[in-house]
Amino acid sequence: MKADPKGVLTGIHFLDGDHACCEGALAAGCRVAFGYPITPSTEIVERMAMRLPLIGGAFIQMEDELAASIAIQGAVWGGRKSMTVSSGPGISLMMEHIGLAAMTETPCVFVNVQRAGPSTGLPTLPAQADMMQARWGSHGDYEIIAICPNSPQECFDLAIHAFNLAETYRVPVLVMMDESVGHMTERVVIPNAESIDVVPRRFTKSSPDTYLAYEPKDNRVPELAPVGEGYHFHVTGLTHDDRGYPAMTAEAQERLVRRLVEKIRNNANEMAMIEETQTEDAEVILVAYGITSRVVLRTLQLARKKGLKVGVFRPVIVWPFPERRLRELAEKTKVFVVPELNYGQVVLEVERLVGGKAKTILVPHGGGGLHDPEDLLRVVEEALR
Amino acid sequence: MVIAGSEGAGRKIRGKVILQRERCKGCGFCVEFCPTHVLEMDKGLNNKGYHTPMVVSAEACSGCDLCGLYCPDFAIFGIRIPRDSSEKQEIV
Amino acid sequence: MNEHVNPVERFLRMDRMPHIWCPGCGIGIVVNCFTRALVQSGVDVDKVAVVSGIGCTGRIAGYIKLDSFHTTHGRPLPFATGLKVGNPDLKVTVFSGEGDLVSIGGNHLIHAARRNTDIKVFCVNNFTYAMTGGQVGPTSPLHSIATTVPYGNYDMPFNLPFLAEATGAVYVARWTTYHVRQLTNAMVETLNKPGFCFVEIIAPCPTIYLRRNRLGDGLEAMRHYKQDSKIVPGANTRDVGMDLSGPIVVGKFVDKDRPTLLEAMNQEYGAKLGKEYVPFPTGVQR
Repeated sequence: MKADPKGVLTGIHFLDGDHACCEGALAAGCRVAFGYPITPSTEIVERMAMRLPLIGGAFIQMEDELAASIAIQGAVWGGRKSMTVSSGPGISLMMEHIGLAAMTETPCVFVNVQRAGPSTGLPTLPAQADMMQARWGSHGDYEIIAICPNSPQECFDLAIHAFNLAETYRVPVLVMMDESVGHMTERVVIPNAESIDVVPRRFTKSSPDTYLAYEPKDNRVPELAPVGEGYHFHVTGLTHDDRGYPAMTAEAQERLVRRLVEKIRNNANEMAMIEETQTEDAEVILVAYGITSRVVLRTLQLARKKGLKVGVFRPVIVWPFPERRLRELAEKTKVFVVPELNYGQVVLEVERLVGGKAKTILVPHGGGGLHDPEDLLRVVEEALR
Repeated sequence: MVIAGSEGAGRKIRGKVILQRERCKGCGFCVEFCPTHVLEMDKGLNNKGYHTPMVVSAEACSGCDLCGLYCPDFAIFGIRIPRDSSEKQEIV
Repeated sequence: MNEHVNPVERFLRMDRMPHIWCPGCGIGIVVNCFTRALVQSGVDVDKVAVVSGIGCTGRIAGYIKLDSFHTTHGRPLPFATGLKVGNPDLKVTVFSGEGDLVSIGGNHLIHAARRNTDIKVFCVNNFTYAMTGGQVGPTSPLHSIATTVPYGNYDMPFNLPFLAEATGAVYVARWTTYHVRQLTNAMVETLNKPGFCFVEIIAPCPTIYLRRNRLGDGLEAMRHYKQDSKIVPGANTRDVGMDLSGPIVVGKFVDKDRPTLLEAMNQEYGAKLGKEYVPFPTGVQR
């Protein structure tokens, strides 16, 4: 399905990541959004508040992040595409409802414009320290999809992709921006609506008599029913059976939760979005995501100038991690250098997947700023020694 | 078990109570709040081990369905019967 | 076999009966009244959505055969807000307990009322957190016993109608599960009234609240509701607070009108933006 032109601000713009993210959501068909202010994500909801009333939508500022994170799910069940945004402290509040969305298979988008933490931290400065939280932050077993743009253009493009993934897999999708990407202003090209593909809501074709709300269909994803049309479906956060009714047994748990986890894990390679630069002959590969993936391109440039065989592996979708490709690279690479704006999160996944076949070196950074590409070069040189 | 109702006895509306004994959990609300005292608690027990109501004054039933409103277990309700109908009280 | 069907069954997921509520629990009565109200109100029942939180009352959503949502503890109101904004044609009802709506959900209650979100809230108040075994709640009377105040409750309970009125609800009523006709009527009225409607329903919890406080069983509680309640239409909500065994003031206390959340948004933005504004559907017929 093509995007609705009403929401597509076709043209060449000079926007920061926050603003571009909002435009991406609108292009994807989001017309109802709920949020709460928190630096450095506030601009997204402010733009929503300005744009939505002009295209037949509404933005409602809720009383807190707990409310925003569940209001979007109410709107989704009402038949809409919806999104909320926040940063560290607010995302922590939203965790219970991310789990609810995973459990009830509610397609929705959460944007985390990461800032340095923990707690109040550095509200106006970047970090990438919520990556593990994105995956494991709510209680229980579930999987989400997390996607990391590194430019305002990508904030636009990947916001659309996030909505599409949410509808495809009926899962909450986290757009993991960070303050530097969110507040960086760059050229953003927004194409015509006809060149933007959006995935529509997967409504069932079954009649109310035969429809089962949580019966796995294509790709192990159940079909949704439209509210208010006599389907009389039930949605609960309790462990439930194919009818959607609470089922308090270990068997029901195994059947449901295993599927919730596997519908994402088993599709990790199919949905993988990776950017590789000069990895064909690389002896050292820099693994980086988000803003850091731009920093390492400078390191790559400097290294190659010195004749060092360096490459960059950038997972754009970080969760589920693109396991197959990284394992392939581990067969022929000597060292993986993982710079992150945290004290070691995604590196744990890299290390696990590399499985001892190569060395893994973390270059941590507490956030508040970015890595210096020359520092990274020194790490690379040291590793090759 | 079926209990016969009386034949009109000069009253405008008759009603009857339909009780599904095995749903009942013996709270006693229907017995207490029936405005015409159609019901009393049975000394016997249902399969769940609860005392259930029983109809003791079928002819007093007006079909007001207050019992239906009060029953938290959806075990009893009342219906109005047209005057010339020959329906009888029922307990299932 | 008789061909008459209990009128409640049309709206029940019969494949999930019997329900989990205890003997003498009042929640089943709330379901009876609601199902009668659905028919009497004349609303399109397929457009009625039921949203609940967590707790004994929260289980209502799982038993009623309409589009129903059993959400997280304390959060049915913002979910309901989102549902209504996402689909204004729906009649959104919320059934939850007083702990869920007023304690953990308290913040959402005051804001949903303040903005006059067009949802109908039925707050079953049994003075305890029953599902988890009887902890103290925001309306537990002074001196009552609960597992987390085993030596007696020292906290002032909320006066829910006062709270609801103060925060802006356009319809505020309190009934008990003894007042089945009035409660049904109240539900009919709220289903046809735009705006944030709040009905407090006093209900017995025989297994936990009544037993632990030596207040008898469900029947004795219902007799207490009958004997000690006073119907005072339009009572000043300041004066309707409750204690362990005192009089219960019931009735419809507030019934007024003001624009709903979506109507207010349309009014404000329409005035400022004129033709540029695209009015948002409100689901309200005035």
